[in-house]
Amino acid sequence: MSGHKYLQTVLFAASVIAIQLATFFTGTGHYLTQLTMSGYYSLVIIGLCLLIGYAGQISIGHAGFFAIGGYTTAFLTTYDLSSVKAGAVAGLLSKTGMLVTREDLYGGQALSLHPWAACLFAIAITVVIAYLIGGPVLKLKGHYLAMATLGFGTIVYKIVLGSEKFGAADGISDVPGFLLLPGLEVSGKPSMRVMNYYISWGLVIAGVMLLLNLVHSRVGRALRAIHGAEDAAGAMGIDTAKFKLKASIIKSVRYVAIVAIGGMANLWGSLIMGFILNFLSLRGYFGTYDDAVFGAILIAIMLFAPEGLLRRELFKDVRAFFSGKKPREGRQ
Amino acid sequence: MTPVLQISGLNKSFGGLRAVSDVEFTVREGSVKALIGPNGAGKTTLFNLISGVLAPDSGSVLFDGKPLHRLRPHQIAAEGVARTFQHIRLFPKMTAAENIMIGRHTHSRAGFIPAMLNLPWTWKEERQVREKALEIMEFLGISEFAGTEATSLAYGQQRIVELGRALACGPRLLLLDEPAAGLNMRETSEMADLIIRVKNLGITVLIVEHDMSLVMNISDEVVVLSYGKKIADDVPLAIQKNREVIRVYLGEEDA
Repeated sequence: MSGHKYLQTVLFAASVIAIQLATFFTGTGHYLTQLTMSGYYSLVIIGLCLLIGYAGQISIGHAGFFAIGGYTTAFLTTYDLSSVKAGAVAGLLSKTGMLVTREDLYGGQALSLHPWAACLFAIAITVVIAYLIGGPVLKLKGHYLAMATLGFGTIVYKIVLGSEKFGAADGISDVPGFLLLPGLEVSGKPSMRVMNYYISWGLVIAGVMLLLNLVHSRVGRALRAIHGAEDAAGAMGIDTAKFKLKASIIKSVRYVAIVAIGGMANLWGSLIMGFILNFLSLRGYFGTYDDAVFGAILIAIMLFAPEGLLRRELFKDVRAFFSGKKPREGRQ
Repeated sequence: MTPVLQISGLNKSFGGLRAVSDVEFTVREGSVKALIGPNGAGKTTLFNLISGVLAPDSGSVLFDGKPLHRLRPHQIAAEGVARTFQHIRLFPKMTAAENIMIGRHTHSRAGFIPAMLNLPWTWKEERQVREKALEIMEFLGISEFAGTEATSLAYGQQRIVELGRALACGPRLLLLDEPAAGLNMRETSEMADLIIRVKNLGITVLIVEHDMSLVMNISDEVVVLSYGKKIADDVPLAIQKNREVIRVYLGEEDA
């Protein structure tokens, strides 16, 4: 089992390299920007997989957490603190070396939070919000859980859209680069495209590995048990409430879910589908019909293949739908 | 001998129905005690009260002198009380071995972060968990099904996997809820042998069962419930001659 797991990860890494080489040789290096963003969206997919597939919890609000983390970092690293420099909080931050001076868009001096400090703060705030929301919301089941999480996602979206401070519909621009290690920086510079691409997909590979490890561990087993028979899991000594809450907080665990629901094929399936759709959408192939296309795809999947698209039994399911037969019982 | 389980003044009502009414009995360490009674006598309710699925309205459940009646199911399991279910509750999409490995949950400790990082001590722990599960399968004679999806096994085999999962918890007290339900005669006698072997490991067993030949063969003591009340608590031979017990099972003698 674990040998299998490493082989898949190696193949995945090889495809990432192959795609970059392909863009290099075909002169389509500008695609790398969207490929990079697809990588970051894939990280979100991983987390969702854990929650929906493994712990059996439906969450439509995960984009909300993604947004909270991203916007918090972007806001803190761009917000100019010069005017409040004398204040107690800013003074404290300044003394601990968490503030940096940089040049703003108009060539002036701006004082803002160090990207690493901003990042840690963003993680903390996301975990706190996930904890506060997760406690009560995870007590809900089925459609009610889906509605509550949908509501949360919508609230975050509307707040961002309505806030000038968050750049409303345009977002926050001029976010400084994020130095991971000396020489390794995440930034918006077109000249750094190749590095950005590899950082993004390197993180995805790391995420996949962490999640595959989790799937094949005591924790993954416990989560699958909760998903399969919650009362029996409790009787075996598993603190079901605690595990469900933890699974919802650790975002990067998302891959685990898909793996549990339909085997390995579904983890990789959701990654591949997520990658293709995100890339096409970011390249603007769907034009203004973006939301409509995603909606139609969602409805089609729910109708024909509720267990995912990239599976062997897909054709059987489609045939069953049109011949009016009951869907297969199995895998519930 | 010391009672490992002591139930006193236990009550549980559902609306106007007193499902368990002032029930008290003890289970001696190392013995097999059976809990019998006609349908609706409150046997499964009593099991759910002991294992923490339900909370009693009043009364106490003491395990080794320690109260269980305020603990949640997973805490009771950690205390050393494991159970099986009347309607088999195996984990689907997991092999028989993985199902039994779940029983080792309270005996292992890898949490989210060590598991994700796949730290060396977690490999060792995983190996121990797997070895223990395979050892239990060997003990129960179901090694050949280790890699088979548990819910695809024959019904009788599923019952044994559930027994194995409970044994993996390393219990001092094992609660078996109708372990022979749905089994044929041969499978029932195999189950009886397994329960005796479990008893010989020093594990105390409390069993709910309808199959009287099984109950009379393996039990050291039998407690009889009727309409939520205890009507008898004695050795099997005495229970078979108890007029009250005969009356609730067969109706009035001269009716």
